[in-house]
Amino acid sequence: MSGPRDITFTLNGRPAAATVKPGETLVDVLTNQFDLTGARESCAQGLCGCCTVLVDGDAVSGCLYMAWFADGAEINTIEGLADGNTLHPIQEAFLEAGAFQCGFCTPGFILMTKKLLEAHPDPDDDVIRHFLVGNLCRCAAYPEIVAAVKLAARRLRDAG
Amino acid sequence: MTVDDPAHNISQSIPRLEGRQKVTGRAEYVHHLRLPGMLYGKIFRSTVPHGRILSVDVSEAAAVPGVFRVVTIDDIREVLPDPYYGPAFHDQPVLADGKVRFAGEPVAVVLAKDPRVAAQAVALITAEYDELPSVDNEVEAMTSDIHVHDELKPAASFPDLNHLKGQSGTNVALGYKLRHGDVEAGFAAADHIFEHTLTTQPVMHTPMEPFVSVADVRDDHMTLHTASQGPSFVRIEIARLLGWPENRVRVKVPFLGGGFGGKLYIKLEALVTALSLLVRQPVKIALSMEEQFFMVTRHPCTFNIKSGVTKDGKIIARACEVIWNGGAYADIGPRVTQKAGFTAAGPYDIDNVSIDSYAVYTNRPPAGALRGFGAPQIAWAYECHTDMIAREMGIDQVDFRRKNLLRNGRPQASGTLIRDAALDAVLDRAAERLGWSLPFDPGGGRIKRGRGLAVAIKGITAPTTSVAIVNLYGDGSCGLYIGTVDMGQGSDTVMAQIAAEVLNLDASKIRVMHTDTDVTPYDMGTLGSRSTFHMGTAVRLAAEEARDKIEALRVELDEPAGSNIPLSELLRRKYGMQAGNIIGTGSFIPEYEKPDPDTGQSRAATPFWGVGAAGAEVEVDTETGQFEVTRLISVVDVGTAINPKLVEAQISGAAIMQLGFTTTEEMLFQDGQLLNGSLADYKIPNMLDVPRDFRNEFVESRQQDGPFGAKGAGEISTMALSPAVGNAVADAIGTYLLDMPITPEAVYRALHPADGDA
Repeated sequence: MSGPRDITFTLNGRPAAATVKPGETLVDVLTNQFDLTGARESCAQGLCGCCTVLVDGDAVSGCLYMAWFADGAEINTIEGLADGNTLHPIQEAFLEAGAFQCGFCTPGFILMTKKLLEAHPDPDDDVIRHFLVGNLCRCAAYPEIVAAVKLAARRLRDAG
Repeated sequence: MTVDDPAHNISQSIPRLEGRQKVTGRAEYVHHLRLPGMLYGKIFRSTVPHGRILSVDVSEAAAVPGVFRVVTIDDIREVLPDPYYGPAFHDQPVLADGKVRFAGEPVAVVLAKDPRVAAQAVALITAEYDELPSVDNEVEAMTSDIHVHDELKPAASFPDLNHLKGQSGTNVALGYKLRHGDVEAGFAAADHIFEHTLTTQPVMHTPMEPFVSVADVRDDHMTLHTASQGPSFVRIEIARLLGWPENRVRVKVPFLGGGFGGKLYIKLEALVTALSLLVRQPVKIALSMEEQFFMVTRHPCTFNIKSGVTKDGKIIARACEVIWNGGAYADIGPRVTQKAGFTAAGPYDIDNVSIDSYAVYTNRPPAGALRGFGAPQIAWAYECHTDMIAREMGIDQVDFRRKNLLRNGRPQASGTLIRDAALDAVLDRAAERLGWSLPFDPGGGRIKRGRGLAVAIKGITAPTTSVAIVNLYGDGSCGLYIGTVDMGQGSDTVMAQIAAEVLNLDASKIRVMHTDTDVTPYDMGTLGSRSTFHMGTAVRLAAEEARDKIEALRVELDEPAGSNIPLSELLRRKYGMQAGNIIGTGSFIPEYEKPDPDTGQSRAATPFWGVGAAGAEVEVDTETGQFEVTRLISVVDVGTAINPKLVEAQISGAAIMQLGFTTTEEMLFQDGQLLNGSLADYKIPNMLDVPRDFRNEFVESRQQDGPFGAKGAGEISTMALSPAVGNAVADAIGTYLLDMPITPEAVYRALHPADGDA
């Protein structure tokens, strides 16, 4: 194995650089080097979605995604979703629908909802349930999350 | 503060105070905490369920570059001469001490700056054991000559366990007894006798934020940052372990990424404290999801239940024997044994009852509280049993329950009166929502349909205390200082609503301080659906005292009664500038009478009654055993819903969690080894598991002595759900399943008994 490696990437729209060790995951680097704590390792097996990060627009499990692979990529996290103090419509919808309890899984659900609504601007229950099945919420705010996704979809469509 | 705007805070679904932090990913959890100079600890665990430790070889691990130190119990003893802890029994060593008692027990810890280095070094530790025979099953453990502990070590804090001190030659940590009437005479007078044995399986909380604690021990004080539901208990127990006064131990708790009863009492706190004391640096231990399964589980139980019924359908005698598999360390198991044992006969008015409930040690991971303190396990048994009786006697299941239901003003089996318990209302609503009185399509051919319901009751842990402080600052803004931990249930919001209602403020403007035992007063714990009632009352009292002080200040400043001059102006006039505080305190402990040790009788055994019903419909594929819960209805009595939307979220979330415990979740053991300790193999509910027709409701009700009529909500919908699903499956296939979980395999086996084991 080789040693640490320098990588550069775009993080929430800004240029970023990091020195990453072999075996370090994207969540490790975001947490430890950039103090971004919205992506959280929980199951460490890519099964729960708490660590969801967008890499070049794709949702990945940040707990399994090797930080090396982020070299040259565009990384977006929950911290970059709001526009300053103005929440993203999906965040607003999660707030209004009460779509979380403890909040630990919430950033993952919100980023996955962003992907969902890009692919399906007007999703029905079935589409939502299947798209978000890889995100786990032990507080089980699932009904409220479905409501939030629909609310966000309507707002985003209305905003055109 | 403006007094001319009437506050309307109660029964309002105001949004969570902390919502914005959570949707932006900025909410604070111990999970993320890093302190300067902090070391990470990784745990080396026992590979055998029961054995004497012959040797632990840490030399290779200690030699790994970057490893700070490897620690075993011998090192811990240098700083903690008696390193045993626990809420009921001081039976759990900080690290395995001479013996291991379950596979997965912590034996050694590697400390390193880099958690990856620590984890790599753990893999280099080896241990030799003189393996001992182990006992796994709670029924066997009752009489086994394999003993998990050489002698029982009850904690002084539970005076009712004192008589067990020093007992040896037993695995029974506690036997709880209740006697009401004469159960044998009741059976003799009955026309029909029914007897069943039902079991529940081990399950785990699996909070998405796994267990995590950070200790920072300094020369004369220490700080614990811990994902704990019970910071006041943590402080008391850590102070006891250290031999320090409470004021030198500070426990801070930010938000919790889920708790569900798992993050109570002492979990990692004693270990990180001992480690930090030893190395004089901050130490963090964060478990992986896999490791969580070795921390604490929910008690499996075996429940033998026997009822005597008259020919017209009145239950006149019920005998209950419940054996709880507590695992290797008692944790809060003895309290689960008592509190669930106390309502083991169910929500029925039965003249003759006997209950025996036993906490039993086995060589399994320790069991503790999980969303119901045992109530869901016993309800599985008594509500399937009740359903079987009705079916066998040819009586409608709802009518049978109505005929026997406890009513307000009647004594429960303990002698404590039923009051403010909407048992009829929840049962009626569940039946109505199911369309119980309407014709039902039982399906045909391969697909059979069934429906079932259940109703359940629980007592609340007692006696327990909550203390609250309301602090109004110079500008009239308000801080609320409480030890209730918001782990997602929304307590910050609800407590703010209660304070705001009394003080005529806007709840969303109140700041709720997160628990810091240097600052926030005592609270027994965020557990057992107790916070809204107990802390809610303390908050109400604190706010009332503050309100009275404001009135007194008004009088002092010669303001006419009813004047609407704001508090900020009153304080400015008194102090000549923006300064000063108005502080109100409130302390609450409900009335309680200790149950008689031989009969369990008490006039005040519980501060209130938790009451819930559930209804379910299922579709079963009789060829494969696959089934779907197509409809699920939970109806609970929470008294006044202070925040209806948050209450509904609690009913819904607890119901989905319990659906997992009912249909998919089971910790599987073979030869004392856990086979499926990860989310890859242990299936918790996801979005597709939510039934299509899923309703969560509360009935009109009022807890007379609760804050604004409220009582607890967090666990109530867990109780009746499993038997409702079980009874629905039985309605579909004609056979009752007696053992949880209800899986397609279990259904298949019930439908095709001749196929035998493959």
